[in-house]
Amino acid sequence: MTNSWTDIRNTDLVVIMGGNAAEAHPCGFKWVTEAKANRGAKLIVVDPRYTRSASVADYYAPIRQGSDIAFLLGVIKYCIDNDKVQWDYVNAFTNAAYLVKEGFTYQDGLFTGYDAEKREYDRATWDYQIGEDGYVLMDETLQDPRCVWNLLKEHIAIYTPEMVERICGTPKDKFLKVAEMISECSTPTKTMTSMYALGWTQHSKGSQNIRSMAMLQLILGNIGVRGGGMNALRGHSNIQGLTDIGLMSNLIPGYLNIPTEREVDYATYIGSRGFKPLRPNQVSYWQNYPKFFISFMKAMWGSAATPQNEFAYHYLPKLDLPAYDVLRAFEMMDQGQMHGYFCQGFNPLLSFPDRGKITRSLSKLKYLVVMDPLETETARFWENHGEFNDVDSASIQTEVYQLPTSCFAEDEGALVNSGRWLQWHWPAQNLPGEAKHDTWIMAQIHLRLKKLYQEEGGKFADPILNLHWPYADPGEPTADEIARELNGYAVETLRDPNDPTKVLVEAGQQVPGFAALRDDGSTAAGCWIYSGCYNQNGNNMARRDNSDPDATGAYLNWAFSWPANRRILYNRASADLDGKAWDPERKLIEWDGEKWAGYDVPDIPPTSNPREVGPFIMNPEGQSRLFSRGMMRDGPFPAHYEPFESPVVNVVAPAIRGNPVARVFESDRESFGDADEFPYAATSYRLTEHFHYWTKHVWVNAVLQPEFFVEISEALAEEKGIEKGGWCRVWNKRGSVHAKAVVTKRIQTLMCDGKPVHIVGIPLHWGFTGAAKNGMGPNSLTPFVGDANIETPEFKAFLVNIEPSNGPATA
Amino acid sequence: MTINVNPPVAADTTMQMGPQDYIRRSASSVPAPARQLEPVAKLIDVSKCIGCKACQSACLEWNDLREEVGVNTGVYDNPHDLTPNTFTLMRFTEWVNPETDNLEWLIRKDGCMHCADPGCLKACPAPGAIVQYSNGVVDFVKENCIGCGYCVKGCPFDIPRISKVDNRSYKCTLCSDRIAVGQGPACAKACPTKAIVFGTKEEMKAHAAERIEDLKSRGYSNAGLYDPPGVGGTHVMYVLHHADKPSIYAGLPDDPRISPLVEAWKGVTKYAGLALMGFAAAAGFVHMAVSGRNRVTVEDDEEARRLAERAPGAAPLDPSKEPSA
Amino acid sequence: MTDGTMHGHNRPAPHVTKADIDRGDRLHVGREVIVDRYTKWARLNHWVTAISLILLALSGLALFHPSLFWLTNLFGGGQMTRMLHPWFGVVLFFSFAGLFIRFFRLNLPAREDAQWAARIGDVLKGNEEKLPEVGKYNAGQKFVFWAMSVLIMILIASGLGIWEEYFTQYLTIEQLRIAVLVHSIAAVAIICVWIIHVYAAFWVQGTLSAMTRGTVSGGWAWRHHRKWLRALAAYGKRDDRPDEPKS
Repeated sequence: MTNSWTDIRNTDLVVIMGGNAAEAHPCGFKWVTEAKANRGAKLIVVDPRYTRSASVADYYAPIRQGSDIAFLLGVIKYCIDNDKVQWDYVNAFTNAAYLVKEGFTYQDGLFTGYDAEKREYDRATWDYQIGEDGYVLMDETLQDPRCVWNLLKEHIAIYTPEMVERICGTPKDKFLKVAEMISECSTPTKTMTSMYALGWTQHSKGSQNIRSMAMLQLILGNIGVRGGGMNALRGHSNIQGLTDIGLMSNLIPGYLNIPTEREVDYATYIGSRGFKPLRPNQVSYWQNYPKFFISFMKAMWGSAATPQNEFAYHYLPKLDLPAYDVLRAFEMMDQGQMHGYFCQGFNPLLSFPDRGKITRSLSKLKYLVVMDPLETETARFWENHGEFNDVDSASIQTEVYQLPTSCFAEDEGALVNSGRWLQWHWPAQNLPGEAKHDTWIMAQIHLRLKKLYQEEGGKFADPILNLHWPYADPGEPTADEIARELNGYAVETLRDPNDPTKVLVEAGQQVPGFAALRDDGSTAAGCWIYSGCYNQNGNNMARRDNSDPDATGAYLNWAFSWPANRRILYNRASADLDGKAWDPERKLIEWDGEKWAGYDVPDIPPTSNPREVGPFIMNPEGQSRLFSRGMMRDGPFPAHYEPFESPVVNVVAPAIRGNPVARVFESDRESFGDADEFPYAATSYRLTEHFHYWTKHVWVNAVLQPEFFVEISEALAEEKGIEKGGWCRVWNKRGSVHAKAVVTKRIQTLMCDGKPVHIVGIPLHWGFTGAAKNGMGPNSLTPFVGDANIETPEFKAFLVNIEPSNGPATA
Repeated sequence: MTINVNPPVAADTTMQMGPQDYIRRSASSVPAPARQLEPVAKLIDVSKCIGCKACQSACLEWNDLREEVGVNTGVYDNPHDLTPNTFTLMRFTEWVNPETDNLEWLIRKDGCMHCADPGCLKACPAPGAIVQYSNGVVDFVKENCIGCGYCVKGCPFDIPRISKVDNRSYKCTLCSDRIAVGQGPACAKACPTKAIVFGTKEEMKAHAAERIEDLKSRGYSNAGLYDPPGVGGTHVMYVLHHADKPSIYAGLPDDPRISPLVEAWKGVTKYAGLALMGFAAAAGFVHMAVSGRNRVTVEDDEEARRLAERAPGAAPLDPSKEPSA
Repeated sequence: MTDGTMHGHNRPAPHVTKADIDRGDRLHVGREVIVDRYTKWARLNHWVTAISLILLALSGLALFHPSLFWLTNLFGGGQMTRMLHPWFGVVLFFSFAGLFIRFFRLNLPAREDAQWAARIGDVLKGNEEKLPEVGKYNAGQKFVFWAMSVLIMILIASGLGIWEEYFTQYLTIEQLRIAVLVHSIAAVAIICVWIIHVYAAFWVQGTLSAMTRGTVSGGWAWRHHRKWLRALAAYGKRDDRPDEPKS
């Protein structure tokens, strides 16, 4: 989230699209009800289903899953056509006036540079025109046909209300009503917040779904302001922490990158990360990349990371592929290229697409280690449970180890919420049975590996032998120790560069924040963005002061918000070019003539001249991007693409199936289905009563939603002869599931391109362990397709067929 | 290490509610309490409710109830009805507003309404099985419950459920055990959207008024408070978007009152019946006193003997057996 | 064969047939006339019915009015009272069904019933001379019999409906309310009928022995059920014992 949960109460309009906050984030949703109750805010829900969020919305519009980009570009077009643009904001804080290289075009659904063979773009033309001074060229009058604004207008021209209705199935009057309500937020005194979640990410063009809304929010001037923002509702309580810490094959903590195999030495690696400002006087904060990177290397390898050995750069793995994401990992298992799998706090048998492939892949492993507080289906993938896990146990040779771990209520540590708050928590009870903390298990594995290497030697043992391991009990690092390490500390005494007699931080002490980090090896920090969370003031994550001066919703003394305890990112954009708040009622920070001050921690240096320094400090431009240069693999502007399995053809570019650069393994192509065989548009989702596959182990939750079901419209039920509460079978080429039928008015048949589209909703909480009734889930049916940019599986839009059935055969 | 969740009850918390505060006690009378507690109420704002069932969960947890894991019957309502273990239940209704032709998903938290004039208490034959406190809480005292099910018949809202396990009646207690120590009901505490709030009845009415104003501003011209006068008002109230049509909310009674049948049963029948039985018995005594017993006379015996002896199958008369006078 | 001149009443003796007597009825003619009125099985049946009715009344009244709740102590408390009451009802129902089969034939209406009923004043005054001769049961007894029969049907039907443990789920709450009201009104009625029954048995001297020993005196039969006695004398079984009749 750019903003925080508590800030949502400051909004005037909540748009829930690509998510279902009331259902999947009921506690956070309280801030929506606060905004409605206290500010008279309105709530719009756009979703294929009339959800629990829709039940409390002021306006609901249906949409076909996987068509959000067309809808959002339609809203952008509506705003531009009706001059509902916050011009001062767009001119000051976006790249609307920047000139784009000649040669960049969009035609027949493709941008310049497409290579169908590689399913990849050559992104050379997706860039600005750079002047001789090294700065980008721009036309502040927005007259130049090559300026971003004009290219954008041209790009979205086709997304008329009629086209939106044709693609999305949203009746034109409903689309126009939503567009009108949204467009009202183009005034400086009205803001809209976007709340989205996996309904946008789990698509082959998930990143572009989000970009579309981000662009709309920029045009309305809603980024960096109170009650605005792009607010990703994270699906797990600490999934924000997972991404921050970089639990991805291509990341290291704090959104730094694992080097690629082309970056053979540190100089090459850092050379491509110059981040020289593209406009004068800009912060371009990534210029500090070396400080964060080297501090990380010092935290990892301590005294073994020296200037002489490039701070142990050669210890880091080098990627030969963009990423070894989960889909690729299972593809490799299936291809016999991956033999062992440590599965820590994950249940891939139910979580990853195409369950048949997952089972097949796990069956080919030599060993599988499952670390989990619960009995997971993955740990039992080899066990036959009749129709609920129909495997031939005797033929599976995978050796499975189950290591019971603690659950969150037995742990100490911080959870990072969607709003980037690191909130410390304490164990409520001791560990049950033989369970151990994950840190104990990982430490033991490390120490035993290290011992083996010490005693027996081995190839390239240095990164393991030299790992910095300064914990009081090496066998079990404490949460406190790890938190201190993440914050960072001075390896050597830090002195003021301008006055060497002045000591800033004594050696061994915690650094106050990431501004103190250095690239000479004198500081160490495990995750630079967290720096400040545990500094000389103690554990700031454990703060519990809920005072909120002037009721702004900032709560600066409650826990710690990365970065630097900032509650709203890009908060400089809450004020105009003179540093005055766009909306005096909702002041966040203001320029008092000498410095920036207010209710939040400014994200620009506090003495920055308001007319010179842009708010978007992570971009070398200092401004935000309506045109994303080469950052997105599938285009600098979003464009409508159908899901890989779609009930209708892409009316914008009929020849293109799916997102042309989405990641597809050749071996999976034959498992895709077509609309003539599988005519119904399916989607998957969560229900309030459950949390993923955990709470089916909890008796109370099992009582509240006991049994697997699918949701269909009354029209489809009648057409197929499916009874309300009766059994039905849902299937496609990848699998087949039996489910109870919830026949509901909340799902309506949509008319898309003149064709009725029936929607089948498939919630995901059932398996064959736990207290709830045994059941299946959508991942038996979902396709093995990943988003073009981050490989998130396309769980939200696929095709199925459906018929009445007698239910699963008993096991 | 400090674990500080759900702050403990403050040390100086006095018992805020107890048997001394009964204003009604089933099948028995109570002395007028020495003090009047501030009437309390739970306000359920249906327009804020997202149907997450946290209240149901909290209710099960706090009251340590173990409901059965059921099945799906084609709706979101689980369990499918109130039970002895389910004191509160989300009821989901898909309603197409005929005025706008838009679907509305009405989600109502069902449970005891804590009527000011409780039909259950009126119907209950067991002394002290149902009590009403001066703050309005209507509570079942299970030790005194005999499991007859009369409360079920007395209740205008179809709330109490009799356990097949221990044959006692159960319903929402308004968390009287929590209120007694200054805390609100578990459901209100768990509600993420403050759709359930708890306080004095006056505060709740004032809060409801604000909510109704907000709803009216959003086009719900019939928004209103459900505090039905037919049962003297309730200590669980609803804010409804369509207060003119309560029954669209899964059958919430439009104008609940104690059934005339129950009134007749527990009113005139009870007193007239007792009187009638007493009268019948008394009439017997009076009759006996006035007319004495109806005795068989010597003549009757004589006549019987004569009749018997003259009968066709009679043995010959034996004068020696003639009874002596 | 009758002889109107043999007794002090100036009215003709009614026509009697064999149908006016029950199977177990028998005359014992000795120094006194004794009449068998009820067999031991009939008496057992009656007393089972009577006891269950009394238990029902006590347990029912306990739940009917708070002032009588103390009666639950007789049954081991409220829960036990609530549990037992319907089972008493089941016993009563089957037991009474036995009585019904035994007694219903002679409780069918007869011509003299209307006349008897019309002279209820004389009945209450004990002016038997002014009443018509009646068979084994007079109209009052028949009223008790039929009232019991009908009320027990109503009570068992309504009682089953409100039997919480097994049957309430089959009725709507509105039906339950009707049932419980009907049940309580019928219960009041049957208790009143019972009071009449018990009082009559007590008031009319010599009646109780019919249900204790099974016999009544000839004089009792002559005085209260002369038609029955005549039928017995004419067609009934009899023991002519010079010595004491069996007791």
